[in-house]
Amino acid sequence: MRAMPEAKHPDGDDGTGVQIDMISAERMDGKTTMEKIRTILDGVREGNIVILESGLTPDEESRLIEVTMTEISPDEFNGIEIETYPQSKADDSSLLGRLMGREETKKLTVIGPANQIETLHKDETLISALVSRK
Amino acid sequence: MGLLTNLKDSISRAASTLFSEEDPKRIGIYGPPNAGKTTLANRIARDWTGDAVGPESHVPHETRRARRKENVEIERDGKTVTIDIVDTPGVTTKVDYTEFLEHDMEKDDAVRRSREATEGVAEAMHWLREDVDGVIYVLDAAEDPFTQVNTMLIGIIESQDLPVLILANKIDLEEASVQRIRNAFPQHETTPLSALEGDNMDEVYDQIAEYFG
Repeated sequence: MRAMPEAKHPDGDDGTGVQIDMISAERMDGKTTMEKIRTILDGVREGNIVILESGLTPDEESRLIEVTMTEISPDEFNGIEIETYPQSKADDSSLLGRLMGREETKKLTVIGPANQIETLHKDETLISALVSRK
Repeated sequence: MGLLTNLKDSISRAASTLFSEEDPKRIGIYGPPNAGKTTLANRIARDWTGDAVGPESHVPHETRRARRKENVEIERDGKTVTIDIVDTPGVTTKVDYTEFLEHDMEKDDAVRRSREATEGVAEAMHWLREDVDGVIYVLDAAEDPFTQVNTMLIGIIESQDLPVLILANKIDLEEASVQRIRNAFPQHETTPLSALEGDNMDEVYDQIAEYFG
């Protein structure tokens, strides 16, 4: 597994910016559920905003919530804010669809530290969020 | 598609016969914090067993352990539907102990409550993946339903093909909007109620019998 390369400001982290990691579907493709969760939480716990091109499956989202809960610590880490579009009611998300190997379309997902990202508006087609520095 | 639909129906029927009469389905009551899950669980339990499930509170994360009330027998149209009700902690992706300080709590108590709350959320997610046969999803009709937690949880429930009944709670509040919830989850039927006042519980019990009987 390749480690996330360092992507710091040339002058070092002077606390004036917010790092955004845009992770391609290709980069996440070969990872196990726990590897994906670690990639996300390691980035978020450093104060980064993580954007996933292909999102997570419902089961991965369920485990992300569970692992996040185990890592919350007073005055250190309050958890995550995660935003993705609502699942469309695609036929392919049915049991039969999955049995036939048709996964529902995964959607762009934004994840950040709960104390740095705030959702301003959300509907089926638009997510508007405010990102602040630590 | 007709053949595929028939095949899917056959699988559903085969799955439903796996539940015997003596084996009550475990129905998880899920939703965000403060939606009225425990108020509903207590209403159902008191109506049909005479006992309550757990304490209710306006302070978020009052329920920090999943609680099961077994063998709740609901009578509808001369038939009896027996279910186990599992009242679960409200699901969230974040817990900040400082929010509890606003409810006149000392820091130590707030930190302890937040730690128990995080354990409770993890427990609720585990139950959802492993141990429930159906879900009653409770939403506060006075709040915006378009939240990530609601989107994710409904997605998780759908991905497991669990039957889900969406309840729009707190219709006794002036700002409640049942239509807003219907718009958010058009793929599911939404039933309005006030668990606190007992409004529209007959329809809720009809729906429970239909969905989980």
